[in-house]
Amino acid sequence: MARIELEGLTKQYGRVTAVKGIDLAIEDGEFVVFVGPSGCGKSTTLRMIAGLEDISGGVLRIGSEVVNQREPKQRNIAMVFQNYAIYPHMTVGQNIGFGLYTSGLPKAEKEKRIREAARILGLEELLERRPAALSGGQRQRVAIGRAMVRNPAAFLFDEPLSNLDAQLRSAMRIEIKRLHQRLGTTTVYVTHDQVEAMTMADRIVVMRDGNILQVGTPIELYDNPVDVFTARFIGSPAMNLLPGSAKDGGLTVGGAVVPGIDAGKLQTADVLVGVRPHDLTIGEGNGGGIALTGVVTAVEPLGAETLVHLDIAGTDVVATAPGRIVPAVESQVTARAAPGSLYLFDAKTEKALGRL
Amino acid sequence: MTAAASTVELAANSSKIRPGRIIAWTLLFIGGLITITPLLYMFSTSLKSAGQVYDLRLIPAAPTLDNYIRVLSDGRFLRWFINSLVVATTVTVSNVFFDSLVGYTLAKFEFRGRYLVFLAILSTLMIPTEMLVIPWYLMSSQLGWLDTYWGIMFPGMMTAFGTFLMKQFFETVPNDFLEAARVDGLNEFTIWWKIAMPMVTPALSALAIFTFLGNWTAFFWPLIVVTSPENYTLPVGLSSFAVEQSIQWEMIMTGAALATIPTLIVFLVLQRFIVRGVMLAGLKG
Repeated sequence: MARIELEGLTKQYGRVTAVKGIDLAIEDGEFVVFVGPSGCGKSTTLRMIAGLEDISGGVLRIGSEVVNQREPKQRNIAMVFQNYAIYPHMTVGQNIGFGLYTSGLPKAEKEKRIREAARILGLEELLERRPAALSGGQRQRVAIGRAMVRNPAAFLFDEPLSNLDAQLRSAMRIEIKRLHQRLGTTTVYVTHDQVEAMTMADRIVVMRDGNILQVGTPIELYDNPVDVFTARFIGSPAMNLLPGSAKDGGLTVGGAVVPGIDAGKLQTADVLVGVRPHDLTIGEGNGGGIALTGVVTAVEPLGAETLVHLDIAGTDVVATAPGRIVPAVESQVTARAAPGSLYLFDAKTEKALGRL
Repeated sequence: MTAAASTVELAANSSKIRPGRIIAWTLLFIGGLITITPLLYMFSTSLKSAGQVYDLRLIPAAPTLDNYIRVLSDGRFLRWFINSLVVATTVTVSNVFFDSLVGYTLAKFEFRGRYLVFLAILSTLMIPTEMLVIPWYLMSSQLGWLDTYWGIMFPGMMTAFGTFLMKQFFETVPNDFLEAARVDGLNEFTIWWKIAMPMVTPALSALAIFTFLGNWTAFFWPLIVVTSPENYTLPVGLSSFAVEQSIQWEMIMTGAALATIPTLIVFLVLQRFIVRGVMLAGLKG
């Protein structure tokens, strides 16, 4: 196990800077998830940690050693790829054991490790099979097994669940999480799926355009996003954003006035007011907060609740209706957000201004 | 659709023969006939005595195995056969190794001038062999390679076509496989040998088959570079049965019939790979 430290880490491809001098310390045994849209630099960062991409600038430490110039094999890390990268011409057992190819361990020790990894991952019955005869989930487990047998200082996962269907993805999320709890190995995980990030991470690193926007625990990011991007990226369905204006001593949003706001204290007149769909509920409120009235444009009944799409003063907003309440499309409804559930952002800079 | 309905439709389709299909079958039949006739005459002639050679009946009036006995008991034939086997096998192994090594490098490594190197290799495909024979000969003469195995083999030890073919195939191997191996601690040569090569087996088979057959039947260059009868390859040796005064067709055909045995074995053993490799590579035999 090891601490991984990124200090001003930069990656340039010609004139394009893919990763712009990021700083981050990943603690020993921590599960850190890099999340962000395509092209944000998260996979490039992971590949620099793995040694598969040259580092253009900055320092990378694994353990206490600077590894910038070290080959992947000298970094004692193991990586799991999106397309599994398990070799089609080898059996499951050979694939798992391939991680030990250069280890110089005695054959008996190799066998022992392969059996142990197979047992943990439930692959014991499949050791003689070829990858072509495995399901997507089994293939991914083989790839994890190959990484496990080496007892690496850190596991690197590059979107490992992207090729799986939703049900399997959910199951594998739990498996990887359990595996981390069991082995306690430092893990760096890259995904564009915020659900994976939220459910698996000890800490999430949100990236955009080669920069780290925010680092924090899932709940920290959910509760206190630093900007509009993080606010919308974390949480599903995404946070609603309504344009608001601070004038006449109050804050007006979607035709409603937010009570208890001293607009004069706001640094800007143009703001965006964010509210998470689960904080914006159809029905009677307990007083306070904000009430927004709009026309229902679509409903998505999920059983325990219904997602209600509303048109509020020309803005699409998603609210929730509790239990079996399913409002009729085209009907006019009022959605209420409780005090403390609103997020305020500067409309120009998109930076967070605080909670209401 | 029910099973019964599909059967009826299939029956209707098969009973309705389309004109396009008749033309295709006819052309294929003619093509097949053109291809197989010389082969049949080769086997037929090999079973005829010298006096019957110009009797063009396909089935010999008095078939005999005398020609086979004569050819096989002639030590020269065995020698030529071994020469051809050594030359074809060595060149094939060399091509499989070097073409794929270079193809892999061009496909999977970024380096300055990579495209230029590839173009340079590819451009040699446009130079006809006939143009190269004189420089090859001069080179062989100056380096003392005339009348040696190496002299026969060196021009074909690595080919632009094979390099191109392997490069195209290696490009289809996802980089993740190679990177996974890199992370697992393998060196670049082992990655190529243990990971990349097994993933392009159809292309390797196609390359091996075509290289072997090409060298097994090669005539022009071996005829020029080899002068001693003991160093002849099979095609050159067989041609020596045609002397100025008489051409021993029955002997040539018997030798040729025997020479097809390795190619038949190669085809039979590697049939599966040939079809797959040719389909994947878009090659013509």
